[in-house]
Amino acid sequence: MALTKDEVLAGLAELINDETGIATDSVELDKSFTDDLDIDSISMMTIVVNAEEKFDVKIPDEEVKNLTTVGDAVTYIVNAQS
Amino acid sequence: MTKKIVVTGIGASTPLGGTAPDSWDALLAGESGARSLTHEWVEELQLPVTFAAEAKVRPDQVLERVEIKRLDPVAQFSIIAAREAWADAGAPEPEPERLGVDWATGIGGLWTLLDAWDTLKEKGPRRVLPMTVPMLMPNAAGAAVSMTLNARAFARTDVAACASSTESISNAYDHLQQGLADVVIAGGSESCVHPITLASFSSMQALSRRNDDPATASRPYDVSRDGFVMGEGAAALVLETEEHAKARGARIYAEIAGGGVTSDSYHITAPDPEGWGAARAMRAALEQAGASADDVTHINAHATSTPVGDIAEYKALLAVFGDRVHGIPLSATKASHGHLLGGTGALEAIFAILSVRDRVAPPTINITELDPEIPLSVGAQTQPLGDGDQLVISNSFGFGGHNAVVAIRSV
Repeated sequence: MALTKDEVLAGLAELINDETGIATDSVELDKSFTDDLDIDSISMMTIVVNAEEKFDVKIPDEEVKNLTTVGDAVTYIVNAQS
Repeated sequence: MTKKIVVTGIGASTPLGGTAPDSWDALLAGESGARSLTHEWVEELQLPVTFAAEAKVRPDQVLERVEIKRLDPVAQFSIIAAREAWADAGAPEPEPERLGVDWATGIGGLWTLLDAWDTLKEKGPRRVLPMTVPMLMPNAAGAAVSMTLNARAFARTDVAACASSTESISNAYDHLQQGLADVVIAGGSESCVHPITLASFSSMQALSRRNDDPATASRPYDVSRDGFVMGEGAAALVLETEEHAKARGARIYAEIAGGGVTSDSYHITAPDPEGWGAARAMRAALEQAGASADDVTHINAHATSTPVGDIAEYKALLAVFGDRVHGIPLSATKASHGHLLGGTGALEAIFAILSVRDRVAPPTINITELDPEIPLSVGAQTQPLGDGDQLVISNSFGFGGHNAVVAIRSV
């Protein structure tokens, strides 16, 4: 069963916390991965790979550069589920 | 002009303890770090050797979760030891461009490599994490130390099997002499108590098979020795020029008086049976120290507890010291902590430094019957070193025919 936007956000926040130590409540939809959360490209790819497994979706490499904010990633994952 | 190079900080995470002082205390108390392994894979894979000397304190008890995730265990142990040594040295504040790292490992990020291989086979290439290569590369541990302490002069990694971290101390001595830095963190690390290494060392008959009694398995010079015991952990030393140490009022443990590094060019695993290369390394260290064999008051031997290796080292000692070697207090501390491979030289150098400080040769446990062919002054009792000036050599020899020796002098 597809997860809701809030559930995906919560799951993504856990992955980000696990990889970077950033507190889960700092992971908000309008936050930029690079400018606000200071996530480097190698951590971003680790989060993407882990998100693919956690949410059972495919996030092609060429899509990753379009995921600027947490909200972009949540929207992409929610849509990819369905 | 030759500078005096001194030791101002030490740190270690070993099978005997989570810090250098805890490890030293356990060594003096005659403890063993070897234990039966409880991992599922030991039984599952029917390994012929079922014990090892794993580090007493696991990195996840000390480090942040993110550090654990981003570093292979070999690098985790490295930053634990380096941070302890740095704090022990009084957290000096050299210019980052004058702080160097001479690190060492024999194997590198084995766990990361093999875990990633499992992931690749089971889940496909997409699941192999991007940090895999930066975690498995052998220089990752030294790089982690440099980033932890903001060392920008250099971050070099020496790979010479079981001689690695004695070579790294010798390299640090050279780099300080060359003026490339004022302070150098030197040391080494290993974390490869893994089925692959246990199986491989076992196949070559290098490991002790005393599965029913791990604590007595490492028994250098004993007539019934049957191989080494795999260890794990890291050790770090803060070295600096005496001028720099004195200018900041640092406490000085001892002087690194010289190093000697040679190669056998004989066999990839067997030592030169006459120990010529090892003898040349000892002589080179003493020459750099401006000392003679007669000045040596204590020896920390490599002595892994293999039948062949212990004899070869004895022959080398005999060549350098003559009959006098039988009266020099000698310690073979792998009896207690096992063989930390790339980390072992730095750990034994720390023990040699503390021997100089406390004026004792630590015990060598587990000798029930000294091999009559190796009548050294070694045993379960702590041996006093006396009040006079001390000069200690610490030996390390590795697969590949690597011989490395450091000479340590009291201050």
